[in-house]
Amino acid sequence: MTAEHPMVRLTGVSKRFTKGKETISIFDHLDLAIPRGDFVAMMGPSGSGKTTLLNLLGGIDRVDAGEIAVADHRIDGLSEGELAAWRAANIGFIFQFYNLMPMLTAAQNVELPLLLTKLRSKERAERVHTALSVVGLADRVKHRPREMSGGQQQRVAIARAIVSDPNLLLCDEPTGDLDRQSADEILSILQLLNGELGKTIVMVTHDPAAANYAKRVLHLDKGRFVERELAA
Amino acid sequence: MNDFDLVRKNLFRRKLRASLMIVSILIAFMIFGVLAGFYRAFTAGEDAAAADRMITVNKINFTQPMPIAYFNRVKAVEGVRQVTFANWFGGYYQDPKNFIMALAIEPNTYFDVYRSEIDVPPEQLQAFIRDRGSAVVGETLAQKWGWKIGDRIPLNSNIFSQKSGGHTWDLTIVGIAKGKAQHVDTNFLLFQYPYFDETRSFGKDTIGWMILQTTSPENNDRVAKTIDAMFANSTAETSTDTEKAFGKAFAAQFGNIALIVLLVVGAAFVTILMIVGNTMALSIRERTREIGVLKTLGFSGPRILTMVLGESVLLALLGGIPGLAIAALIAMALRTSLANIAPAFAVSPTIALQGLALMIALGLITGIIPALNAMRLKIATALGRG
Ligand SMILES: Nc1ncnc2c1ncn2[C@@H]1O[C@H](COP(=O)(O)OP(=O)(O)O)[C@@H](O)[C@H]1O
Ligand SMILES: [Mg+2]
Repeated sequence: MTAEHPMVRLTGVSKRFTKGKETISIFDHLDLAIPRGDFVAMMGPSGSGKTTLLNLLGGIDRVDAGEIAVADHRIDGLSEGELAAWRAANIGFIFQFYNLMPMLTAAQNVELPLLLTKLRSKERAERVHTALSVVGLADRVKHRPREMSGGQQQRVAIARAIVSDPNLLLCDEPTGDLDRQSADEILSILQLLNGELGKTIVMVTHDPAAANYAKRVLHLDKGRFVERELAA
Repeated sequence: MNDFDLVRKNLFRRKLRASLMIVSILIAFMIFGVLAGFYRAFTAGEDAAAADRMITVNKINFTQPMPIAYFNRVKAVEGVRQVTFANWFGGYYQDPKNFIMALAIEPNTYFDVYRSEIDVPPEQLQAFIRDRGSAVVGETLAQKWGWKIGDRIPLNSNIFSQKSGGHTWDLTIVGIAKGKAQHVDTNFLLFQYPYFDETRSFGKDTIGWMILQTTSPENNDRVAKTIDAMFANSTAETSTDTEKAFGKAFAAQFGNIALIVLLVVGAAFVTILMIVGNTMALSIRERTREIGVLKTLGFSGPRILTMVLGESVLLALLGGIPGLAIAALIAMALRTSLANIAPAFAVSPTIALQGLALMIALGLITGIIPALNAMRLKIATALGRG
């Protein structure tokens, strides 16, 4: 059934960028399926198109050809407005540099995606509290980003990504800016979200130790995937 | 938290910058409020002119007299509801430098023609009509000299003299006239024409000008033509015109005040527009990445456009409203000292509304370009590489 109805399915996807007169092809007729409940680490040389792929999956960039379906829902034909609403409901993004709003507290940062829902402020507060508890920051609600360590900021960013309960989490080098210990904390949280809460996770990383937390690793090179089983 | 909280927090994330912009907008709107108040004061006469009121003056110019017999003839013209007349007295009190705006008026009809502007209590009006040596004083003038009902005022004329030789008429104040609206100037003294005409040494049976009210403004033209035709080819030809047209000619000399007001306010606003517009553009550009994040989370382009415009409009209101309030306080403080030259000096509700419209326009103009840029921003570009 998961093979029939994967979380993510790319069919014949092509993506090109035009810079001046030059056109570079990033993907040419790429196919990919990621089952529900998977935790995929994506590795590959810099410039190989990892971020571009996440952008396509998350509906913040568009394919030049081919189809993208997430949870059996085609997104390649949606308008900008439809994509925005779809992202709010279905995708959680986690970036390398946390990307929190500096003037908002941890709780307010986590609450941001809920402004797009019809939830009452009491329900919102409960959800924010739950999300911050999952990442172990229930005691830091009033802190602003600059009053927190990198690892703590990334945990706030994870709470923000999961607060509206999306099924797919897209992480672009989430530990790229963190020390080993903080990185391990973040990766454990992602593993928990995958194992306990059933979130499907696609994580781009350069770090083989980080990739070890995933269920499988995809190597992207010259626009193609090379799958390798993890060394047990 | 809601979108407005986000807008507010964004605006004040750099407190010094926001404060400086608010102060400069405040100053611009303070200038606007004070100058617009001044301008209104100088053109109040024009606005106050009732559409159905006309003035008949001697055709040569309005300082030349006309026979009192004209009064009854104009009264009989069809389409005239009421007529009254007045004569300039050239009054002063105690010393020639204490000019008094004094008129000898037809006592039975004058307050009827001006009933929409001037209010005299009925019993005081009765006393005025009954007593030949009485006077009605406007509130502002009464306050200026501390005059009360029952006071006896020696009023001098720099034009007329009494048959008995003196230049002084002793008048008893029997009424205080109040303005029915803020723009009505009550810096005047009115006394009985019959008493004046009987006692003066020259000019007997002539009047200065007539003020008439038509049954409807539509009749104005016809009435004016009939009256002026009636006295054509006589020794005192007349010219009848609406009070508005009369006031306009009088206010024309203030035309350059309007221009100065426009230039000063215009210069202030162009400066503000450039400073605030530039600062808004800068602060939105600094937040490019955050706008990209908001979009990633699912905030739509139009919603982000609204938030940026909300920020620039909020900024304009936070500066503009206190600016107008300060202008209103300045107007109030200067009101008494400027009562003689600009009695209607005030930040009126109309000016406040115009100011509000100007604030919103300023906010929209300074915010629109950054707002459109933010709306169109591509997420992938905003987030950059990494
Ligand atoms: N908006 C863009 N315009 C032009 N070229 C781009 C754009 N985004 C990415 N690229 C190019 O596409 C290639 C893949 O980029 P990216 O997906 O960021 O790689 P990775 O994340 O694997 O390092 C790079 O050569 C990059 O220069
Ligand atoms: Mg990348």
